[in-house]
Amino acid sequence: MSNHEQHESAHRPVQRKEMSRRQFLSYTLGGTTAFMMGGAVLPMVRFAVDPLLVKKGEGTFVKVVEESKITTEPQEFKFKVHQVDGWYESEPELVAWISRDAEGKIFALSPVCKHLGCTIFWNTKGHNEYDCPCHDARYTRDGKNITVARLPLDEYDVKVDDGIVYLGAIKPNTRV
Amino acid sequence: MFKNVYNWIDERLDITPLWRDVADHEVPEHVNPAHHFSAFVYCFGGLTFFITVIQILSGMFLTMYYVPDIIHAYASVDFLQHQVAFGQIVRGMHHFGASLVIVMMFLHTLRVFFTGSYKAPREMNWVVGMLIFFIMLGLGFTGYLLPWDNKAYYATKVGVEIAASVPYIGPYIADFLYGGDIVGAQTLTRFFAIHVFFLPGALIAMLAAHFLMIRKQGISGPL
Repeated sequence: MSNHEQHESAHRPVQRKEMSRRQFLSYTLGGTTAFMMGGAVLPMVRFAVDPLLVKKGEGTFVKVVEESKITTEPQEFKFKVHQVDGWYESEPELVAWISRDAEGKIFALSPVCKHLGCTIFWNTKGHNEYDCPCHDARYTRDGKNITVARLPLDEYDVKVDDGIVYLGAIKPNTRV
Repeated sequence: MFKNVYNWIDERLDITPLWRDVADHEVPEHVNPAHHFSAFVYCFGGLTFFITVIQILSGMFLTMYYVPDIIHAYASVDFLQHQVAFGQIVRGMHHFGASLVIVMMFLHTLRVFFTGSYKAPREMNWVVGMLIFFIMLGLGFTGYLLPWDNKAYYATKVGVEIAASVPYIGPYIADFLYGGDIVGAQTLTRFFAIHVFFLPGALIAMLAAHFLMIRKQGISGPL
């Protein structure tokens, strides 16, 4: 094959792949247009996706209660967290049900029912369970779902420092 | 008077062929309810467009009072509905029209499906119609948040959580829609922008393509 090609090219005038003026101009214009469009669009795209690229604030721990007040019986504690929402800063109040397990380890459960998000309470019906007033979902002391709800109650990150209980981010239940 | 004005403009710009090209075309017998009453099924596309126009107009007027801000949104909607004359009607048009658009679009889609009108050479128009369908769903989803009441808040939370369950890119979609970590100030402004500028822009472009194609290809033949 290659011999054949050489043979042909020897007899033909050399064909240079030359760019025509028209082609050159259209490439130049196209390139310039693309560059200018890119210059206009890029800032807007970066602007729109900024929330994706902002570094997530790490879960800060908030002081909630003295360690000595925590018993094996779950108790409701309210605490405020600092929340930054764009140009608004607020101090929404959160609720945690805190208790000790059999080994004396402190854990805190979120009161948001995993069924449809109502607020659960401890032992409103005398069964020593968390009860949801909306659709009768029930959870054990550890937050394990017994009926209605399909997932166990979420848990707060807990830190005990110098006799004070601090709560952090909400995470899926690690106890069941 | 009108005729004189029209003639004066027409002499200079020759506008008659322009509007004739748009408005003056034959309606085949099989799609004309005056000939066969059952042909009313061919009206659903036009009805969808009619309601879409009402949605665009009523939406434009709603923004005269509405404020997309977490502190003021609910109060502004409450004000425009209860204090402003005909507020209940204008917001009602937008609110009920939103459902009606989906219903009409669905009926139109059924008509196209059962008459086989999506077949060659009109496949592209079916695809564009599907894009319009998804744009409409997007408009419904983003518009639902704007009154900033409990229903709006939780519908958006649930909706974005569903979007977040997409494999791999789900969390990024959620962040993009939330504009942060929570349904908050930035979610509301984002949804407002998408509802009022981005999706209507895309919708109008798609509708133009939809109508150009149907004019170019003509309506499909009788069954």
